[in-house]
This record gives sequence, C-alpha cells and structure tokens, in this order.
Amino acid sequence: MLTKPALTPAQRDDLRSFAAMIIPDSAEYKVPGADDPKIQADIVATLGRDTEPVREALDHLARLAGQPLAGLDPARRETVAKEFRNSGGAAAATLIRVVLQCYYRDDRVLRSLGLELRPPFPEGYTLEQGDWSLLDPVKARPAMWRRVP
Amino acid sequence: MNEAVDVLIIGAGASGAAVAWSLAETKMHILCLDQGGWMNPAAYPSTGRDWEARFFGDYSPSPNIRARPEDYPINDDNSPIKVVNFNGVGGSTVMYTAHFPRLHPSDFKVKTLDGVADDWPIDYDTLAPFFAENDRMMGVSGLSGDPAFPPTEPPMPPLPLGRSGAALGKAMNKLGWHWWPSDTTVATTDYEGRARCINLGHCTPACAQGAKASTDITYWPAALRAGVELRTHCRVREITTNEHGMASGVVYYDKDGVEQFQGAEVVIIACNGIGTPRLLLNSASGRFPNGLANSSGLVGKNLMFHPYAQVYGFVEEVTDSNRAPPICLWSKEFYETDLSRGFVRGYAFQFGRGAGPVMEAVMSEAKGILPWGAAHHAVFRRLNGHRLQLSAICEDLPEEHNRVTLDPHLKDIHGIPAPKVDYTIGENSAKMMEHGVARAKEVLAAAGATDICVNCPILYGGWHLLGTARMGTDPERSVVNEWGRSHDVKNLFIVDGSVFVTSGGVNPTSTIQAIALYIADQMKSRLANLFD
Repeated sequence: MLTKPALTPAQRDDLRSFAAMIIPDSAEYKVPGADDPKIQADIVATLGRDTEPVREALDHLARLAGQPLAGLDPARRETVAKEFRNSGGAAAATLIRVVLQCYYRDDRVLRSLGLELRPPFPEGYTLEQGDWSLLDPVKARPAMWRRVP
Repeated sequence: MNEAVDVLIIGAGASGAAVAWSLAETKMHILCLDQGGWMNPAAYPSTGRDWEARFFGDYSPSPNIRARPEDYPINDDNSPIKVVNFNGVGGSTVMYTAHFPRLHPSDFKVKTLDGVADDWPIDYDTLAPFFAENDRMMGVSGLSGDPAFPPTEPPMPPLPLGRSGAALGKAMNKLGWHWWPSDTTVATTDYEGRARCINLGHCTPACAQGAKASTDITYWPAALRAGVELRTHCRVREITTNEHGMASGVVYYDKDGVEQFQGAEVVIIACNGIGTPRLLLNSASGRFPNGLANSSGLVGKNLMFHPYAQVYGFVEEVTDSNRAPPICLWSKEFYETDLSRGFVRGYAFQFGRGAGPVMEAVMSEAKGILPWGAAHHAVFRRLNGHRLQLSAICEDLPEEHNRVTLDPHLKDIHGIPAPKVDYTIGENSAKMMEHGVARAKEVLAAAGATDICVNCPILYGGWHLLGTARMGTDPERSVVNEWGRSHDVKNLFIVDGSVFVTSGGVNPTSTIQAIALYIADQMKSRLANLFD
C-alpha cells in the first residue's frame, strides 16, 4: 500500500511559493531561494511531527489566497502573506520555522555564510581565551556578598 | 514478586544519583527506579546535520513537545512560564546548560534579612562541604576569587572568555558592574574519565562528547560500581503505606507495562518539583486522603520557577555564537537586596555567547527583525554570528497559589494522572524582571549592540522546579524536616528541588545536589534511629 504523501500537490505548490517569499534567491550572495527543489525536498521529507501544523498552516494560507499563491499578483500575494503571518498562530510559526531550518542547513547556504558543512560533533570548534586582564578591576573589588547573622 | 530492598530511590536525575552514590557506602541494598532509560550519546543532536532542528522536536526541552515515551504530559496552560525538563537516567542534567552557581548565604535567611517568605532550617555553612563534594563529583570548572561569593575552589580552570565573554566583560567594566566567569560542569581539562571540552557548542540538549557533566556519566557509574541497582523504564504510580503509616514500597509499571510492587524499608523521592508532588498526590489513600506526606496541605504549593528576563542584541564584531558552551559569565551586581530598586531580593545575570544559524533565523524572524524578501540575506548576515545576550534570573518568592495539582483529565501513557500547574508571576518578581530588562539594555548599549530584543519572561523557561514540598521544622508549615524526612511518614525522604524554601536567584542544580548529599549524610549518621 502506498503511503499518503505528507502534502497534496496544491499544498506543495503553495509551500514553494510561500518559501520564496520568505527567502528569494540571491545572485549577490550566490544562494538559492527557499523554493529551491533540494530545499523543498528536505522540507517535505523531514516534516515528521510538524506535518499536521504545516498542513493546517497551508490550508489557512489557501483560504486567505482563494487560489494558488503563485497565481496572485505580487501586491495581493504580499497582502495575503502579511495577513497569514498575523492570523496564522502557532501553525504559521511552525511553517515558517520548517522553511528556515531546512534553508539554513543547506550546503550552498552554509558555504555562502562561511560555515562548515558538518555537525558540531566530533570535531568541535576552537574557542579563544579572550583577554583575562579585563577581569582585573572586578578582582580589585572588595567582597560584596551579603553576610548573614 | 520483587525482593524488598533497604532503600528505594525514585528518580535517577541530579539528586537521585547523588543520594544513591552517597548511601552506597552503607552497603545497604539500594534500588533506584527511573521512568526513562540510559541515554545514547551517539544519537545526540550535535552528531547530525539536523542538530538545531531537533531542538524543536525530539530534543525539545518541553516534555509536551518532546513527548518521548519516558516523558509525562504536564498541563501548564495556566502558566506564563512553561515547564521544561528531561526524563531518563541523568534527568535534567542531560539537558541543561551546565551553569553551576550555588545559592548565596543570604538566600537561606530571607525572612531574617528581608522580612519575606521564610528562612531555611539549614544554612550555607551546613551545605558548604557538600557543595565542595558535589563540585568534585560533577567536575566543576571555574575561577576562585569572585568578590560576590564566599571562597570556593573549583577543581578545574574556567572556560575561556572567548570573543563573547570579552565583549560582555568590557561592557560591564564600562558600567563598573560585577561580572565573573561562570562555574560550569563543562570539563576544561581531562577529568575523571571525561575528556576536556572541544566546544561542540550545542551543550543544552545533551553533550555528545561527554565533557558536560550529567549524572549518567558522573555519579551513576560510581554508584553502580559500589553496588547500587538501577532499574530503568520503570514508572512509579504510587507509594504504598502499611498499617503503621510507614511507606511500604511502590507500585510501578515495568518496561513491558506490567504492574509491579517493590517493597522497601526506606523510600526516597527524587522526581523534581513537579514530579514529586504529582507522586505524593497520586499516593492518596484512606489514611492519607489528601495525598501522602500532606498533613500540612503544602504538597504542590509554593511552586517557584525563576522567571527569566532575556535581552539580546547584535554587535559589529563576530561573537562566539554556537561554537562554544552557551553560558560564559555571570553577574551578581543586582543579587542582594537594595530597597531603592523597588523590590526585595534580587537576580543574577547569566551571559550567553550567541546562537547557531537556524536558531538565529527562527528567533529573529519571530521578533520581526529578520525580514522576508530580498533584504533577508543582507540582514541575516548582519545578525548571524553577532549576537550577545544576557538573562536576569529572578528570585521567585513562594506563593501558595502557585501550585501543582493533579489534572482531572490528562494522563500519561500508563493512565497515571498528570500534573497541572497554576502559576502567576508575583508583583515582586515582575518588578525585578523590569529592572533586569532595563539594566540588560544598558549592558548591551555599552557593548554597542543594536536591534535589541526582549523575552520577558522566557516562555519555555521553567527549568527550575522548586518549593512544592518545602523543608522546615514546623510540620504545619512544611512537608519535610530539616534533613529531608517527611513529617508524616517517618521512612519517606525527599531530596530534590521540591524541598527549597525559597528559590534564590541562580540556577539550582548545584544546591539541589548539595542538599541531596547532605540528606544522605544525615541519614547515614542517624541509621540507628532513622525513624524516631
């Protein structure tokens, strides 16, 4: 038996259009938009426990738009998006978050930000000591904790 | 039928592990039951490219969001601060920032000093040797000589200041305010089998490297070697009592969901300030109709959280962001009472190094400082890796209407009634938070930060679960006595944050564990007449 897709084709179309409104591509920074096929595939593949609120958010978005988001003229699309952001509650916040969390782990995006394409473990990072002489004036203070009877 | 044990400990977290280890030298038969299992560091978030996303899912600090089988639901709808915790061997030490201050001497004498709440029946000097023992067992890194605190000797040197710590320290110096590198349970040298920290940075949702102390890798290995038995995936439903009004054991569900009885001569509860009152209230019986150990009516009451007022901003220079343990400094400038501020008691600041790219994007978008559209990229590059933040951790005074009860409808997967939290932020705490936000903005201004944002309170900031089975010498005004024994049930002890009389204004894990060690020491010294 085939597993039911997380999102309908119409929902996926709206997700793609909506994601591009949040983060369009940029030639200046050499990064794709959040509507990039790889990023979209990551979003859909990793929805997991966010599936229901994302569906709810996309349904709300569809109701506000009245037609596929891509079919609206830019001004109307902006208005709908703003209304969605204001009225969508926790479901809208979840949808926006899943777009952002998949975008900001994409290799091309991380490379553009100058970040390494790896998880923190096992290599970790280097933390510089910093200037410990900054603490000298604090060390010179008299004891300031409150004595008790 | 399980063989009865001498001592049964419920909960394998911060305090349960400490008390188990300490009592092990008695050679009694000690058994600990925990509703969770052993953690697998290879599966911790920082091992995968989705490390930040998991904070919103299976490694969320909220048990209601995380919803692992080990978790139980908590109805905190009627609270502006949501409960966060972790369930499993190690408890919430698996999922904490490892910030490790102690309560101050003045925190134990608030009635005497400030005329509010109640004094503790014990004081800082009583706990001092147990603080030191706990520092050694957990492995604390820090710097001696803090003028805001009595002398301490952390066994390891402090974490580096890093870029964020230096920037914040400079700002504090401009203002002439106290700051100091935080005590932390992140190892800065190789220590007792733990390797020194290599700065995975994503410390709070569990340390894959094991540099951060959690009791599954500190106390528990030592306790198990000493003969303590730990039985995992065992959720206790209720504590049973006998015809003499003494605890006789517990009913629990084992890993297969089968109901079991475990007899015990002594029962010790270590389930935190929510789980402990839940268990006591669920242990109501004909003899104890209002819940076990509740003749005072105070079980579940006086819940204290520590409301957090968080303020952050962005500087031009690059900060440490996610590339180091998240907390670097503390300040006690506003810790002790100064009535000219308009409130009693005070707060500590804890200073954060920054955030990773996903967290930065999510938080900044939600605050409206990261725009949608073409401007998004330029703004994100100005914010990401440039964050400085600090939080005022405010002393919460005990108020009986802030409480834990049993939810009439909500249950866990075993059908055990879940806790319900009713909590409001008191007037004194609210004034303190307002003061903290104003001072934090001054710090960030001194650091040259812009785009200042405030979270007041931090919504998912209910880390510290205190006061719901308070200690005291008066059985009408407390649940346990000055060494953790129930006034009502002479072989029942509580060793977790429930016993706090007041909250202080610092993270409580160090003090919780010191109290657990102190109670264990009291028990050992009174073995011949423990139930008198």
